[in-house]
Amino acid sequence: MSEQPLLTVTIDNITVQVPAGTSILQAARKIGGDVAPPAMCVYSKLEGSGGKCRTCLVEVSKGSEKDPRPMPKLVASCRTNVMDGMEVKNITSPRVTDARAGVVEFLLINHPLDCPICDQAGECHLQDLSYEHGKEGTRYEFQRRTFKQHDLGPYIQLHMTRCILCYRCVYTADQLTNKREHGILDRGDHSEIATLIEKSLENNFIGNVIDVCPVGALTDKTFRFKNRVWFLKPENAHRECPDCCGKVTLWNRGDEVFRVTARKDEWGEVESLADGSTAWICNTCRFEKKKSSDWVIEGPRKISRHSVISQGHYEGKVGTTVPTEIFSAVHGGRNPKLLMDIHSVSEVNRPEIQLSQIAGPSTGNDFTTGKD
Amino acid sequence: MHKLLNEQSIPAREYDMVKFSENDLAKVQEIVAHYPDGKQKSALLPVLHLAQDTFGGWLSSETMDYVASLLQIEPIEVYEVATFYSMYHLKPVGKYVFEVCQTGPCMLRGCDDIIQYITQTLGIRAGETTADGLFTLKTVECLGACGYAPMMQLGKYYREHLTKEKVDAIIAECRKTAAEQN
Amino acid sequence: MGMKLLLEKAHVEGIRHFEAYRREGGYRSVEKALKEMSPEAIVEEVKKSGLRGRGGAGFPAGMKWSFIAKPEGVPRHLVCNADESEPGTFKDRYLMEFLPHLLLEGLIVSSYALGSHATYIYIRGEYAWIATILETAIAEAKANGMLGNNILGSGFDCEIYVHRGAGAYICGEETALIESLEGKRGNPRIKPPFPAIQGVWMRPTVVNNVETLAAVVPIINMGGEEYAKIGVGKSTGTKLISACGNINKPGVYEIDMTISVEEFIYSDEYCGGIANGKRLKACIPGGSSVPILPANLLLKTAKGETRFMNYESLSDGGFASGSMMGSGGFIVLDEDQCIVKNTYTLARFYRHESCGQCSPCREGTGWMEKILWRLENGEGKETDIDLLWDIQRRIEGNTICPLGDAAAWPVAAAIRHFRDEFEWHVREPQEAKRRNYGLAHYADPIHVPVAG
Repeated sequence: MSEQPLLTVTIDNITVQVPAGTSILQAARKIGGDVAPPAMCVYSKLEGSGGKCRTCLVEVSKGSEKDPRPMPKLVASCRTNVMDGMEVKNITSPRVTDARAGVVEFLLINHPLDCPICDQAGECHLQDLSYEHGKEGTRYEFQRRTFKQHDLGPYIQLHMTRCILCYRCVYTADQLTNKREHGILDRGDHSEIATLIEKSLENNFIGNVIDVCPVGALTDKTFRFKNRVWFLKPENAHRECPDCCGKVTLWNRGDEVFRVTARKDEWGEVESLADGSTAWICNTCRFEKKKSSDWVIEGPRKISRHSVISQGHYEGKVGTTVPTEIFSAVHGGRNPKLLMDIHSVSEVNRPEIQLSQIAGPSTGNDFTTGKD
Repeated sequence: MHKLLNEQSIPAREYDMVKFSENDLAKVQEIVAHYPDGKQKSALLPVLHLAQDTFGGWLSSETMDYVASLLQIEPIEVYEVATFYSMYHLKPVGKYVFEVCQTGPCMLRGCDDIIQYITQTLGIRAGETTADGLFTLKTVECLGACGYAPMMQLGKYYREHLTKEKVDAIIAECRKTAAEQN
Repeated sequence: MGMKLLLEKAHVEGIRHFEAYRREGGYRSVEKALKEMSPEAIVEEVKKSGLRGRGGAGFPAGMKWSFIAKPEGVPRHLVCNADESEPGTFKDRYLMEFLPHLLLEGLIVSSYALGSHATYIYIRGEYAWIATILETAIAEAKANGMLGNNILGSGFDCEIYVHRGAGAYICGEETALIESLEGKRGNPRIKPPFPAIQGVWMRPTVVNNVETLAAVVPIINMGGEEYAKIGVGKSTGTKLISACGNINKPGVYEIDMTISVEEFIYSDEYCGGIANGKRLKACIPGGSSVPILPANLLLKTAKGETRFMNYESLSDGGFASGSMMGSGGFIVLDEDQCIVKNTYTLARFYRHESCGQCSPCREGTGWMEKILWRLENGEGKETDIDLLWDIQRRIEGNTICPLGDAAAWPVAAAIRHFRDEFEWHVREPQEAKRRNYGLAHYADPIHVPVAG
């Protein structure tokens, strides 16, 4: 393998070298940032996934060094492999941004937009996608698609209206469990995830469908409506598990473990272990071990500072260091009068309590020291 | 739609009732033999046709589970396929299913009038079955008989160049056959 | 009389059965191919013939054959695509119903050329009785030594199996067909790999349309070069056209691609003119997914030249003023037909047939159908027309398989050429419920700018 020459690909004018067999998406992720196309359906840990959502479409303006002809259509970067000398346009192509805006619109026309009551909010790829690539407002004026409730048992909550039919959960069941019991039924815009006859999904590894689901279609029933993810503190932890790797992320509030998930990388995929296998976790770890004492805590997890989850996160020194700049300093000497000190007009905020002095995410206890 | 399977009021069937005869099992074997060893799943579509014809004109979940066991595949693989293809009925249907084409070329030749006429004559709308369980009316998309429009599928055959008189004759013919069989 | 290579014997008494078919000269190409020719030589003849795929895309058949991978020890398969479901198209049905042995003959020769020992005919499920006809024909051919082991002493073994689909237009797409043949949902595969490398059961596979494979028979009998002399330019040989809609003589016609569209519609040999003495308004010349053309652009190109029934001439002018040969489903609309309603029924068809795998097609087809329903029922808005245009534009080219394009093109062409009829539906909703827009100006001669 290591003897194979690397291929050179240029994406949005940035050149990288990758081994043969790398997809354009993987190459773009190697560059990172905005150059990486968004992807809703592909999952590098699941064989056969990808190609379906069409959000990762890119323009290939030069096929390869040998055959420099551009590809006539936009291609799904997740399922198109890099050729030597290939030139790709992602955000530098108006065709791509236009097509992507179209795909976002298509994905949203039948989506319930029920983020305020959705447990996925805050870590939802569709939220990020529509924020970054969509348009405000909708041109869709018809009733949105609904489905009948379909119960998948005590662990997994299915909200079919939120599903974008990425098929990841189907591949997960195929590749992680010995017997797939749910699938895609019906066709076209009536397609749905279901078991036909309502059946409880209880395979010991089926809980991983929650982690692979890019939206709020499959969520953890044991965590349902318990808390917002951005109020929780993600911590790496592990335990000796006879069934799985036992390496998880705990989502805590104070000492209380609200939920357990697999550890996910910056692209939202379950991480790889040192031996190259994927750190899938079993149902026991996910659903049954909800006490801190079940786990060996390793420490806080690194969260992208762009993520809403980072707002309740205290890795580093945030919360203990007061910024040195004063307002007029950052405004170049100006002190606009329109900006008023909210402490002087609102009782709600308890001017006597210095929010920045509270260690960690605030709880109700922090506010009982005042007048009450 | 298929979830109605849970709720319908028809009595649950004994699993044993869903069983091919020796003759039909031989047919299944013959179909499976068309495909390479280990690729018996390929026989799914033809075997589902056979099952639907044999077990009351529709595919109950018991029937689908039985087919899955015959072909040694998971039941969900059968459900996925049965719900994908429009020819498999997942609810009981009438003895005679009128599947009237309503796509462009048939529309140009007046299929709307034919559908309306059947609706009036039988007193059912598209998707419904008459109270006596004899007729089901379905509107379907192109059946590949555009030059012989308007048309419908009835059982294994097409009825083409439909007129109101022809529809009357077909209904009478079905009633007669049904009466003779009883 | 045009030249007939395929349907010449269609109405000979008993031609559906082996005895009559053989007596009329059938299976000569099998004898010639298996006894005198190498598989490579057959591929060469098909290449020379210029035969283009008759299923709709028009890809050169010989070239497609030459792509098939030949890894050691891996079986290869030929699959005949008889999942004819494109609205307006019913030619393959006719061919299989009347001349099942012609298809088998083409299949045997092609199987020999490609090295397929197990060949499948994937026929749409609704053609149940035709499946029976084919199975009977296969049994007859086998009884007469044309199928089975060591055919005609050549050492070549071949079996043909009929596989019935179950109602899904999408299975006409070759990778969806392959999935369906494997007993799965008809979800098109993401290419690459192409079927020629990894097709059914991950084995190298060629999928060809019924008419394409039947055309191999005259090509072998007369030689590729002779075949290429028939027709014009890159439209070689003969083509089956299934004509339907508001014409006097709907049916399947074999043409040699040198006749004009006007002759095809009005001559008694073919469509016999517009039914009930009405006037021609529009036509979809190649199956429902190709662009619809108003009468004035159908009979003459935008350059004012006569339009002919062949691949090049029908697509003259691109999508701006031309259309496509497609699968040869020729749908004629008379002056009493409503373009909006026709477009609506087609949009409904594509929504019904979308597999639902990729988002633009799954969501976009349903959206277009709803807007067209609203326009047709007098509830449309002026902005709906632009919205439709925008939706189809964002479906086209952005989907896994060509169904997205097939759904987008009819809507685009209807708006492109009949925009004022759409606008009339919005502005005069009450009037639009009572009557149709009629012929309007759609047959008026087009002004052709003088070159220079």
